[in-house]
Amino acid sequence: MKRPDTQSVILVGVGGQGTILASKVLTTGLIDAGYDVKMSEVHGMSQRGGSVTTQVRYGQKVWSPLIGQGEADVLVSFETMEAMRCLPFLKPGGKVIVNTYRMPPLPVLSGECEYPDGIVDELKKRADTLAIDAVKIASDLGMPRGMNVVLLGALISAIGVDGADWTQALRGCVKPKFFEDNLRCLEAGLNLAAAKA
Amino acid sequence: MTKQLMSGNEAVARGAWEAGVAFASAYPGTPSTEILENVGTYKEIVAEWAPNEKVAMEAAIGASMGGVRSMAAMKHVGLNVAADPIFTFAYMGVSGGMVFVTADDPGMHSSQNEQDNRNYAPFIKIPMLEPSDSQEAKDMFRDAFDLSERFDTPVMFRMTTRVCHSKSLVEPGERYPFAAIPYVKNRAKFDDVPIAAKRNRLKMPERDRRLLALSNDCKYNRAEYSGSRKVGIVTSGVSYQYAKEVFGDAVSYLKLGLTNPLPIDLIREFRARVETMYVIEELDPYMENQIKAAGIDCIGKEKIPAIDELNPNIIRKALLGEEARGVQGDPKLVVPRPPALCAGCPHRGFFYEAAKRKDTVIVGDIGCYALSGNEPLNAKDLANCMGSAFSVGHGLSKAFALSGQDKTVVACMGDSTFFHTGINALEEVIYNDSHLICCVLDNRITGMTGHQENPGTGYTLKGEPATIMDVGTIVRALGLERVRTVNPLHLDEMKKALDWAYTEVREGPVVLITRWPCVLKRLSAEDRREFRMTPAQCTIDRKKCIGCKKCLSTGCPALSFDTCERKAAIDPMQCVGCTVCAQVCPQQAIVKGAKKA
Repeated sequence: MKRPDTQSVILVGVGGQGTILASKVLTTGLIDAGYDVKMSEVHGMSQRGGSVTTQVRYGQKVWSPLIGQGEADVLVSFETMEAMRCLPFLKPGGKVIVNTYRMPPLPVLSGECEYPDGIVDELKKRADTLAIDAVKIASDLGMPRGMNVVLLGALISAIGVDGADWTQALRGCVKPKFFEDNLRCLEAGLNLAAAKA
Repeated sequence: MTKQLMSGNEAVARGAWEAGVAFASAYPGTPSTEILENVGTYKEIVAEWAPNEKVAMEAAIGASMGGVRSMAAMKHVGLNVAADPIFTFAYMGVSGGMVFVTADDPGMHSSQNEQDNRNYAPFIKIPMLEPSDSQEAKDMFRDAFDLSERFDTPVMFRMTTRVCHSKSLVEPGERYPFAAIPYVKNRAKFDDVPIAAKRNRLKMPERDRRLLALSNDCKYNRAEYSGSRKVGIVTSGVSYQYAKEVFGDAVSYLKLGLTNPLPIDLIREFRARVETMYVIEELDPYMENQIKAAGIDCIGKEKIPAIDELNPNIIRKALLGEEARGVQGDPKLVVPRPPALCAGCPHRGFFYEAAKRKDTVIVGDIGCYALSGNEPLNAKDLANCMGSAFSVGHGLSKAFALSGQDKTVVACMGDSTFFHTGINALEEVIYNDSHLICCVLDNRITGMTGHQENPGTGYTLKGEPATIMDVGTIVRALGLERVRTVNPLHLDEMKKALDWAYTEVREGPVVLITRWPCVLKRLSAEDRREFRMTPAQCTIDRKKCIGCKKCLSTGCPALSFDTCERKAAIDPMQCVGCTVCAQVCPQQAIVKGAKKA
């Protein structure tokens, strides 16, 4: 009995990657476009290095701020393996946008286990997946840290929100001196997803 | 004003401002921390970090007695600390309205237990409000002050992680021009000697009756009969949102916001109009037990779990038998990502050295250093509640002495925790003279909750300069001279200090202070004067590295191991050049030098 108009997006990454900023731009644009929006942050105990998940839901009227297993329309992962960890949240037929950037967790760093190979192939097998080397794209634009905004661009393109002014939304969320660089990252992301579609 | 996306915590702060609150106090604790951080942004409100929740509650009580509207905020376990004053203040009633927030953590996202603090409200005998989203959090918090003054009672405002930390749209309002009520000496009300307390106690049943009448007829307790009357759901807090998510407009609801006293007449009326009544509530059967005790038939915990955070999927499965399944992938492609002490964390040196000691029990406390129990440091043995390390360690060392177990107890807590309730625990240790090594891991800030100031840092919540309280001076003032301060990033110094402590502890308690700022801290002027570390990175000479993995035993996330070449590597993005890894390397293969980019 889920309201058909409610869309659910789950953004996942590792602390410090900029998932929160990306979510902020996303929600700002959605609110300006007239949607009811709820957003929930799920973070762990350490300041740095743990998994960070942001859940955004929008529609005419949103009830729960939480997205359950099998309910996300889009999963955006800022780190490769975190996409696998969150895959059960994706509804069958949903879309994955994954950064090919790897951040090895502690057990991998210490040599206890290896960072798994073949994640992107597995994702492609299971869902409609767009894999992006967002770090390279952002670096080519002179701002490696802008990879979060590249991924945001790809996400916006994928969900296709009408009536939102994303340039304005971005402007309201970043410091003026970083705005132009971020805008180029956003446009790169938007074009990328459009080209693959 | 246009609608804004606000977290529940931001909304409470806005509600406080709109209510004309003049004084606010808190001790930081997830998920409540951002309430005071946001209250602090309103210049009209005096907002303070208190050393602990009891003090925060008492300060707010004093401000209310002084005639202004006041508030205190804390996480659920904080109310355990603050319980003493609030039970008595409930007898006295208020002058200026007084509301306190308890932010529960179902599912224990960042807490040591998941107690359901709704149970406190009937115990304290005060009204309780439970918002279900940010708009309600703001409106109800604002209105709670009217309730407080009208019924002459402190009000409990109960939130949960999902209400505190989720964001939804809020329509901001104007500030209510609250004028302070002039102070008039009134011993019968505010001087809690038994004769006054007995009189005040007798007034409370009448207040309860008036509150019950309000609860049965108030805008925050409302029935929604838009859907079928086959099923009726009684619910409160965020559970209402989850229930609406699952059932939409297909069923009827009794949505409760004022949940102590529980509106039994309203529930009875609702029950009579629906065929089957469910109670959907997170954690304890708080409402269900009262409903059943009133002889009203309902279904609750027979179906809905009483453990862990609730969500729409759990309700869907419990009441509709539908199980959601998302896209499944190969589980072999995921490895755990456990939280870790940050690269350059000053606690690392302490735990690295302490964990090497034989016949030692390390008692931990509540803070980032709780992670020291994890591999590879594997240092901490046990921990109970905030500020307990020294007193638990005290009992432990007494027990070891009594039973002839030859073990040294090392108890540790952070600077903020020391000022919280650790200071009282140290009094216990010194007074009752146990053979305990007490360590204050002073990283110059309240680290885990996101860098809040405390009595040791020299600044207030509003960023004003404050007196810096020095832990070593305090310890000496308590009468203990066996105290030493050490830089934990220098392992030799750390080792020598522990050697000293292990010798001295035979005479009685010892205090060791490790003093180095949190690696993520923005250094204050005082910090910059005291702590000097050249901003450079460590690098590994791969010719010298023999792949022994000794450096990895420090658990620094900037270090990794190349399994092909069997050599260690350092991530230049993360390394801050603390050199702990360099100091443990048997080959001197790690050197500090390269300037940080």
